[in-house]
Amino acid sequence: MNAIEIAASVRAGEVSAREVVEGYLATIDAGNGELNALLLVGEQAARAAADEVDAAVAAGNDPGPLAGVPVVLKDNLCQRGVVTTCGSRILEGWRPPYTATVVDAVTRAGGIPLGKANLDEFAMGSSTENSAFGPTRNPHDSTRVPGGSSGGSAACVAAKFAPLALGSDTGGSIRQPAALCGVVGVKPTYGRVSRYGLVAFASSLDQIGPFGASVTDAALLLDVISGHDRRDSTSIPETLTPVSPTLENGVAKLRVGVIDELTNGGGVALEVRAAVLAAAAALEAAGATIESVSLPSTQFGLSAYYMIAPAEASSNLARYDGVRYGLRVEGENLAAMNERTRDAGFGPEVKRRIMLGTYALSAGYYDAYYGRAQRVRTLITRDFNRVYEGCDVLLSPTSPTTAFKLGDRTADPMTMYQSDVCTIPTNLAGHPAMSVPWGTGADSMPVGVQILAPALAEATMFRVARVVEDAAP
Amino acid sequence: MADENPTAITRAEVEHVAGLARLGLSADEVDRLTHELAGILIHARDMGELDLSGVEPTSHPLPLVNVVRPDEISPSLDRDEVLAAAPAVQDNQFRVPRILEAP
Amino acid sequence: MSTKTQWMPVIGLEVHCELATNTKLFCSCANAFGAPPNTNICPVCLGLPGSLPVLNARAVEFSLRLAEALNFTVPDKSVFARKNYFYPDMPKDYQVTQFELPILQAGVIDVDGVTIGIERAHLEEDTGKSSHMGGGGRIHDAEYSLVDYNRAGVPLLEIVSRPDIRSAEQARGYVSELRAVLLAIGVSDVKMEEGSMRVDANISLRASEADEFGTKVEIKNMNSLRSLGRAIDHEIDRQAEALETGETIIQETRHWDENENRTSGMRSKEGSSDYRYFPEPDLVPVAPTAEQRAAVRDSLPELPARRRERLIEAWGITLPDARILVDVPGLADYAEAAVAALAGGAARDVVNLCTGDLLAYLNETGRTLAAIALDPAGLADLADLIGDGTLSRSLAQEVFAACVADGSSPRAVVAEKGLAQVSDTGELGTILDAVIAANADAVAQYHAGDDKERKKKRGFLMGEAMKASKGQGNPQLLNQLLDERLV
Repeated sequence: MNAIEIAASVRAGEVSAREVVEGYLATIDAGNGELNALLLVGEQAARAAADEVDAAVAAGNDPGPLAGVPVVLKDNLCQRGVVTTCGSRILEGWRPPYTATVVDAVTRAGGIPLGKANLDEFAMGSSTENSAFGPTRNPHDSTRVPGGSSGGSAACVAAKFAPLALGSDTGGSIRQPAALCGVVGVKPTYGRVSRYGLVAFASSLDQIGPFGASVTDAALLLDVISGHDRRDSTSIPETLTPVSPTLENGVAKLRVGVIDELTNGGGVALEVRAAVLAAAAALEAAGATIESVSLPSTQFGLSAYYMIAPAEASSNLARYDGVRYGLRVEGENLAAMNERTRDAGFGPEVKRRIMLGTYALSAGYYDAYYGRAQRVRTLITRDFNRVYEGCDVLLSPTSPTTAFKLGDRTADPMTMYQSDVCTIPTNLAGHPAMSVPWGTGADSMPVGVQILAPALAEATMFRVARVVEDAAP
Repeated sequence: MADENPTAITRAEVEHVAGLARLGLSADEVDRLTHELAGILIHARDMGELDLSGVEPTSHPLPLVNVVRPDEISPSLDRDEVLAAAPAVQDNQFRVPRILEAP
Repeated sequence: MSTKTQWMPVIGLEVHCELATNTKLFCSCANAFGAPPNTNICPVCLGLPGSLPVLNARAVEFSLRLAEALNFTVPDKSVFARKNYFYPDMPKDYQVTQFELPILQAGVIDVDGVTIGIERAHLEEDTGKSSHMGGGGRIHDAEYSLVDYNRAGVPLLEIVSRPDIRSAEQARGYVSELRAVLLAIGVSDVKMEEGSMRVDANISLRASEADEFGTKVEIKNMNSLRSLGRAIDHEIDRQAEALETGETIIQETRHWDENENRTSGMRSKEGSSDYRYFPEPDLVPVAPTAEQRAAVRDSLPELPARRRERLIEAWGITLPDARILVDVPGLADYAEAAVAALAGGAARDVVNLCTGDLLAYLNETGRTLAAIALDPAGLADLADLIGDGTLSRSLAQEVFAACVADGSSPRAVVAEKGLAQVSDTGELGTILDAVIAANADAVAQYHAGDDKERKKKRGFLMGEAMKASKGQGNPQLLNQLLDERLV
């Protein structure tokens, strides 16, 4: 059953939430040992939450649109009293004394938080190999990565550990693993979903979003977590248009642009390019108009991103200093304690980005690196806005390639960073984008097509996604 | 790559930055990071090709202003719960090793 | 002494003032002084992973009030920035402050007729408090430190003067006027002793007004107006001495030691100047609207300078008295209410009672005006009793003490204790005659003595007479009657 069907059956009293949860727990029990997709399975809490949902149904109350639907949380989302690691040693044993707004929203809608999914440490990575607790493996081929950083969440949905999952996307961390695992993954407009309770990586880029096995399921979860939150100053105050009601409206007369630089770029695999073009053809057949569009500044997205995101991260991660929570490695004075704690607690990628970001912000280099990157960000946003004057949505690959082998890209950071080249520009602009599966490549691994839309145009984006999903091989 | 362009970042700069970031790096880590950061910084220089004169920096993707909350008190956290998470506590306060330097 | 005439000080002050909001700058924890350690803390002010700041509306309103009071320019947009450095009393290891775009720019304040420019004022969060334990309790030799985050996130307005100040006295005048303004517009308690107002001074010397500024030294840790003045004077002397002997002044931060009466260099942390400021991505810009500014303008109370002028004119009091009334929280309001309630008494007597007995009582007991038993109408009554001759100043003091203790009315105290001043010449004459008869030798010495001796003996006889009247004799009448008898 998909999420929609589970919720409908539970609400109708045809199946109990408890049965649903037990079913998924059994699947996890059988499969997580190999995949390492979940760092923590909250069995007792999930059962208790399911029983509450069942009690509500029995009492004639409606538990909500996610009634009895298990939802996996990326382990950078806070849940009161539940160990939260961010895939790092530095948070050792930390249990947040509060709950993230999105987790509250899921629970209020009758959803069942099922466990915490593996991730690249502090969401920094594109393969989930940077987790301090071992890599997650791709459910389609366990010698390959699931993508990252929300690789655990994507793998959970692909392996049917849960019908739905939440991830976070700073430069592609939802969409890229969705593509590599063959599921649907959505990065909403910046500010559509509250970040309160999401452990920050890069605050001006981070956004929480849903994973689902289908576009409809992802829409269900997106509508539950969208909305204004007074605890997040960057939350959009306007009333948002839900995406579910118009999912089946089709694409007749929509104008679709295929991004030339990202689709025909040098690093894009032929089969991936073919998938994007086939999806475009399918949209055309369904009544949309297709054109090729150019966003020249997106070529500089990677460079801008790898200044802005590490700069913000270097500041966001300063607080892990051994004073208030998490790991402490003692030292003869405060500075020594800080240094030892951070050296022992952070993995190589996190250290690399803290170093890069600290450097980019430091005196004498700010203008050449961070300042310039912020201006490039303006250019990229302008490019998108110009193209969106003539297009309703855009298409591109999600990831230039299908899932790669574990260890293939760990030697050189730049090679790994290239995995995000198609997804990063959207984060810089703050726009929404999603990945929808489109068959498999020559290696039988899933391929994803990325659909991009202007700010707050998620409803249109989802209509397109539904058509692509139906047409996909 | 650092060898091809030794001016991208020096070992001494890496050590200085590690100090600012309070990262106690080993000599090996410093070597490796000098090399890796040089590669990333050289790549980032492609932005130098762009004419950015008159382009305002974007620090925020949203045009929001004046997001405020009313000046009303809400309950604070339970102190014991907070202190339970701390590595070292004394007299209901967070204990840290001697500080050496004033802020 | 010669050094002070030769070298001209250039002084700029940075005043950190805690805003008297109910809650902290970015979270809803109470902004309260003196709570048990770590009780006013939440995920936001403790910098817990995943927490996010939301700006306190009142902190903006308070800033706008100051803008109106000191003619600041309010930019269309101000932006919060992160100041990055590691320190354990800063829960996020960065401070949220304003850097390039502060909320207020270019204000002015009049200090004793001189206009001092104010460069800017910006909002920022306060740090927590660390106590250094062992080894004498000072940071350098402590064995360890304990951190309390109650103060972390308390809103501060940092007000940075232009280097327009030329002496320690002017610096004190600047701070005291700024304090009066902040108090009058209700944005801060401005208690230097409790740390709700902290002042750092930047001092440099130059040989003449035409010269470039010299190297400046920052002085911290002055916790009263008095220590501010002493620290500046001391630093001027120190720099002058150094310059005379050809030393170069090092740009540094020095710590004022109140007990040792000197400044000493502070060990500064490595790379201290590299704060890596960047716009705080978790907060959006502040863009005050015309409506907001108009609302603040309309609700602004009378400012201290204007109020002092008015009181001096209306009541004929001195500038120092007017200053005291305006500077002590609520005292001018109290005095004005009392004057309004007078029935024939003099405003002067109200002011004397307020700046004398009442202020002494407040200082002694640590009470506030709101918490005392004697209301303005009662004080007015007391002034009326002085005015109509019922009470002498010294009797009034006694009545005041009784009233302020339990709230009884001055007239009731006078009646109950029989304290009314005796102004009956017959009764006073009888008392004097008795005193003269009992002290015949003193009277003889008076007549025989020189001016000095006469004054002494006359004072003695007057004291005896006052004693005999149980302190209730009208002093003017007694003097007059004694003179008549000593001719």
